[in-house]
Amino acid sequence: MKLAIASGKGGTGKTTLAVNLALYAAATRRVALLDLDVEEPNSGIFLKGKLKREKQLFRAVPEWKKEACILCGKCSELCRFNAVLKLGKHILVMPELCHSCYACSELCPENALPMTQKSLGFLRHYEQDGLDFVESKMEIGVEMATPLIEQTLAYAEAEIAGADLQIRDCPPGTSCSVINATRDADFALLVTEPTPFGLHDLSLAVETMRHLDKPIAVAVNRVGIGNDDVFRYCEAEGIPVWASFPHDRRVAELYSRGETLYDKVDSIRTGMDAIHTQISSLGGGK
Amino acid sequence: MKEIVIISGKGGTGKTSVAAALAFVAEKSLMADCDVDAADMHLILKPDHKQAQDFYSGLKAEIDPAKCSFCGLCKEVCRFNAIQIKHGVFEVDFLACEGCGYCFEVCPVGAISLPQQNVGQSFISNTKLGASLVHARLGIGADNSGKLVAKVKKDAKRIAGEDGLEYVLVDGSPGIGCPVISSLSGANLVVFVTEPSLSGLSDLKRVWELTKRFGIHGVCVINKADLNSGVSSQIREFLGREGIGVIAEIPYDEDFSRAITQGQSLVEYDPQKWKPIFAKIWEQIKKELS
Repeated sequence: MKLAIASGKGGTGKTTLAVNLALYAAATRRVALLDLDVEEPNSGIFLKGKLKREKQLFRAVPEWKKEACILCGKCSELCRFNAVLKLGKHILVMPELCHSCYACSELCPENALPMTQKSLGFLRHYEQDGLDFVESKMEIGVEMATPLIEQTLAYAEAEIAGADLQIRDCPPGTSCSVINATRDADFALLVTEPTPFGLHDLSLAVETMRHLDKPIAVAVNRVGIGNDDVFRYCEAEGIPVWASFPHDRRVAELYSRGETLYDKVDSIRTGMDAIHTQISSLGGGK
Repeated sequence: MKEIVIISGKGGTGKTSVAAALAFVAEKSLMADCDVDAADMHLILKPDHKQAQDFYSGLKAEIDPAKCSFCGLCKEVCRFNAIQIKHGVFEVDFLACEGCGYCFEVCPVGAISLPQQNVGQSFISNTKLGASLVHARLGIGADNSGKLVAKVKKDAKRIAGEDGLEYVLVDGSPGIGCPVISSLSGANLVVFVTEPSLSGLSDLKRVWELTKRFGIHGVCVINKADLNSGVSSQIREFLGREGIGVIAEIPYDEDFSRAITQGQSLVEYDPQKWKPIFAKIWEQIKKELS
């Protein structure tokens, strides 16, 4: 069972939910937690696992071999991302814009643009009491998060075979990185808060998940602020609300210190139990 | 004309609330909502979407089954696994296709086309403020957010120029990826809105590392400042070391969510309390710019 924890809006509690659910569920089953918010990964702040493996992630980008080049300019014409430009007697490669499609490299008549590896950041795999935790952190200045997300998912597929529940802490928003993080998940749990911002961004997230034909449920955080519109929306759209967590400043304080909540706050423990029961009833085997 | 970008690294720190409140006190300014992925500014400023424009960017491959010779070369060269055989024909998975055109180049029978994609809309609106709002809506799963941000900023600067305005306020997106990089390019000042949590601090550090590369000066608003005094001092220490001035510390206040719930900025919600606070923040921003 691959469960994606997502939300349109940032700061609604995705990471909190993912980490606490992972630790809660790890008491009774093998769990893998993947932090796919590679631009700003924070799950690790709340975990104290032992580092099992560290791996640098790379992406292939072309490198110009001046001596082989006949300056035909085909590479520059081919590239749809303006990542390869012919400027006078030079070919300029801009790795940040490159999508690693290999077209320029493989269609170059002189093999003057071999692909080389460019660093994207690091993947780290930790172990903590029956929980496998993998986070990838994007290097500052790298523009595209999707290659890191894909490689992290591939790593989990290959290296964490034993886990029967995979929880993914996804990036905020609705763009390509969210699609990459959720497209092969079995289920998406969307985290929101009962404010107009929360509702608006939830509706975008719902639209995104429906686009992917993904079954969804909602968890509402900080209930007590704002109004009931989020609940009305879920009812009208036929989206189950798996858990709602009351607004509690103490929760924000514990969170700010990087502490876990399921073992300290009753309402959170109850919520995790409710979510875990729902996951199990979906046939959480596999 | 000066461009002020409001970002946070982490989501949910109060970035949009701060930006919206500033819009109500900043004279000769207009707002550009560059959080094109999950834009919320319109929920407060109530724009009229007077001018809407479709945004075309990027390509997707399309295979004409009538011309296809089933050689499979397209599938072979595609690095994104975007070409699959479904019901006996070669098909492009639109969500996987990145529009590189490699398949188009190698197809021996010209069965592949590369139409440009409509990936969103950008708007120029009048708002209840009187001032304009330039904003956008990125299509689901679109991967050209940086380009749409650039378009929003370009429109905002053009209108500011035409209307003789001095400041463009840019509400940025969370993270450190392409839309953020695009919103930083050409900016004169960055206002970080952070919160004293370990996550907030970690994300602030990363987005500052990125900002430094652009050589842009930064100032910081610490929101929910009394949530955790220990982390607050860590943040102040970090900011001091990096030469980032703290222009305001706002205590944890449920007015933030109450104002949003009313569809109002803080300055509208309780002018007596919030207007002086944001007027002071705005003065500090102007001082930094001069």
